Amino acid sequence: MTDLAHPPARKSGAFGKIVLRWVLYILLGLFALYYLMPLFVMVTTSLKSLEEIRTGSLVALPREVTFDAWKTAWSGACTGIQCEGLRPYFWNSVLLAVPAVALSTFIGALNGYVVAQWRFPGANIIFSLMLFGCFIPFQVVLLPMARLLGLMGIAGTIPGLIFVHVIYGIGFTTLFFRNYYVSIPSELTKAAKVDGAGFFRIFWSIFLPLSLPIIVVTVIWQFTQIWNDFLFGVSFSQAGTQPVTVALNNIVNSTTGVKEYNVDMAAAIIAAAPTLLVYIVAGKYFIRGLTAGSVKG
Amino acid sequence: MTKWLETHLPKMVLAPSFIAVLVFVYGFIAWTAWVSLTRSRLLPRYEIEGFIQYKRLFAAPRWDTAMNNLFIFGALFIIIAMVLGLLLAILLDQKIRTEGVIRTIYLYPMALSMIVTGTAWKWILNPGLGIEATVQGWGFEGFSFDWLVDPDMAIYTIVIAAVWQSSGFVMALFLAGLRSVDEEIIKAAQVDGIPTWRIYSAIIIPSMGPIFMSAFIVLAHLAIKSFDLVIALTGGGPGYATDLPATYMYAMAFSRGDIGQAASSAMIMMLVVFAIVVPYLYSELRAKND
Repeated sequence: MTDLAHPPARKSGAFGKIVLRWVLYILLGLFALYYLMPLFVMVTTSLKSLEEIRTGSLVALPREVTFDAWKTAWSGACTGIQCEGLRPYFWNSVLLAVPAVALSTFIGALNGYVVAQWRFPGANIIFSLMLFGCFIPFQVVLLPMARLLGLMGIAGTIPGLIFVHVIYGIGFTTLFFRNYYVSIPSELTKAAKVDGAGFFRIFWSIFLPLSLPIIVVTVIWQFTQIWNDFLFGVSFSQAGTQPVTVALNNIVNSTTGVKEYNVDMAAAIIAAAPTLLVYIVAGKYFIRGLTAGSVKG
Repeated sequence: MTKWLETHLPKMVLAPSFIAVLVFVYGFIAWTAWVSLTRSRLLPRYEIEGFIQYKRLFAAPRWDTAMNNLFIFGALFIIIAMVLGLLLAILLDQKIRTEGVIRTIYLYPMALSMIVTGTAWKWILNPGLGIEATVQGWGFEGFSFDWLVDPDMAIYTIVIAAVWQSSGFVMALFLAGLRSVDEEIIKAAQVDGIPTWRIYSAIIIPSMGPIFMSAFIVLAHLAIKSFDLVIALTGGGPGYATDLPATYMYAMAFSRGDIGQAASSAMIMMLVVFAIVVPYLYSELRAKND
C-alpha cells in the first residue's frame, strides 16, 4: 500500500499534505456522486407525479411524494396487451431462479469435487472443455436450443428456462468449486478412504461442511446471473412465462399510451431490488465471485 | 462389483455434465456452423451450399454498421473503463478511512441488470426531460445533449451506460492487484525517496500485467456479448444506428425469420470471442502446467 499524502521524510510540509488529502477526498466524493446519480434519479422520479416530472427538474427532490407509480408498476402497468404490472413476472423470475441456482450449484459442487480430488486420466481435458463453454457467446447456441426445447415440449415454459440456465451455468459453478477444493489437501481424501469412507460419504461428511463460503459465492453469482439474464429470457419465453427483465423492457418500451416515466423507474427499481439487496447484504461474497469468475485459476 | 463401482463412481458423476457440455455447447456450435452454410430461411435446411450466408452477411449494410459499432463501442468501453478503474483504484489505495463504503458505492451498478441500467440511462439521457432539459432549465438555453436520438452519436450513449455499469468492477480488480504487490519493494523505494507517482508508474503498474490482461478479457467479452443494454437503451435505433452483432443476430433469428443469417452472424461473433480468449486461455493453462 502506498500513500500519496505521506511521502517519506521529505519536503512537502504539513500544509501540502492537508491540501492533497482534501483533493483526494473531493475526487472520491465526486466519483461517488457519479455512481449514485442514476439511482438517485430513479428513486426520486419514481416518487413524483407525471405532472411534476414534466414541469420539474431531473435532479430535484419530489415536492410531493406519491407511491402511485409503485402501485402501478407492481400490479397495473402494461407489458404489451396485458396490464398486470410486474408482479406475475417477478414471481416467474423467483420460480425460475431458485431451482436453477440450487441445481447448478449442487451439480457444480459434485463436479468440482471430482475434478479436484478424484483425478483420473482425462479429467483435466474434460474440465478444460467445460471451462471453455463459459466463454462462448450464447448467440451461437440460441437457434438449436430453441428447436430442442420445442422437441422436448418445454418451449416457452419456466422448466425450459431452468433447463437452459442449469446447462450453461455448470461450467462456472464447476470452476468455482474446483478451485476451492483444489486447495484442500488430498491427504484428507486418502485418509478417509483408508478408513473405509466412500465417494459420497467423503463428500457429505468432509467436503460439504467445509464448503459454506464457496457455496455462498456460487449461489450469489448464479442468482445474479440468472435474475439479470435477458437473452435467454427473451428468446425462450412466451407471454405469461417471461422473467422480470423481459417484462421490464416491455413496460419501458411499449409504445401505447402516455409515457409514464415514474412507473418505468419504479418498475426498474423493483426488478433490480433482489440482486441489489444481495449485494448490500453479502457484498464481500459478491465481489469474490466476480473476481473468481474473471481471474480464472 | 462394489470395487468396480467405487473406482468408476467419480467418472459416472462427472459424465452427465460432460455429455451435456459436449451436446449443448460443442454439438450446438457444430449445428449452428452447419446451418450457416445452408440456404435456411424461416426453417433450417441441411443441404450445404457453401459460404453464401457469409457473403450475404458481409454485403449487408446493417451488419457493416453492427461491426463498426462493435469496434467503436468495444474500444471506447474497454479503454475508458480500464483508465477509470485504475484511477479509482489508485485513489482508493491511499489509506482512505471510508474505503469500504466508497467501494460499495462504486461497485453496486455491477449488481444491476443491463436492462435496469439501460432503463435508467434512457431516462437520464432523454433530451426532452433529462440532462438536456435540466441544464437548459438552469439558464443555459443553448445547451444541447441529444445523443440518444442522434444516429451519429447514439452509440456513445451505450458507452456511457456501459462504463458506468462496469468500471467499478475494473476498480475492484485493480485494487486487488495493487494490494498484491510486494510491500517490501514499495517500502524500499519510499526509503530511497522515490516520489509516489514514480513508484506507481515504474514499480506497481508494470507488475500488474496479468490483471490488465484479465480486465481486458472480461471487458472485451462483455462488449462482444452486449445485447440487453442496447435493447433497453436505444432498441438498436435510431433506425439501426446502434445495432451490434448480438442485436443483429437476434433480429435475424427471431423477428426476420432468417436463420441462415442468424447462424452466420453468430459464428462470426464466436470467432471474434475466440480470437481474444483462446490465446489467453492457452497461455493460462500452459503456465499452470509448467
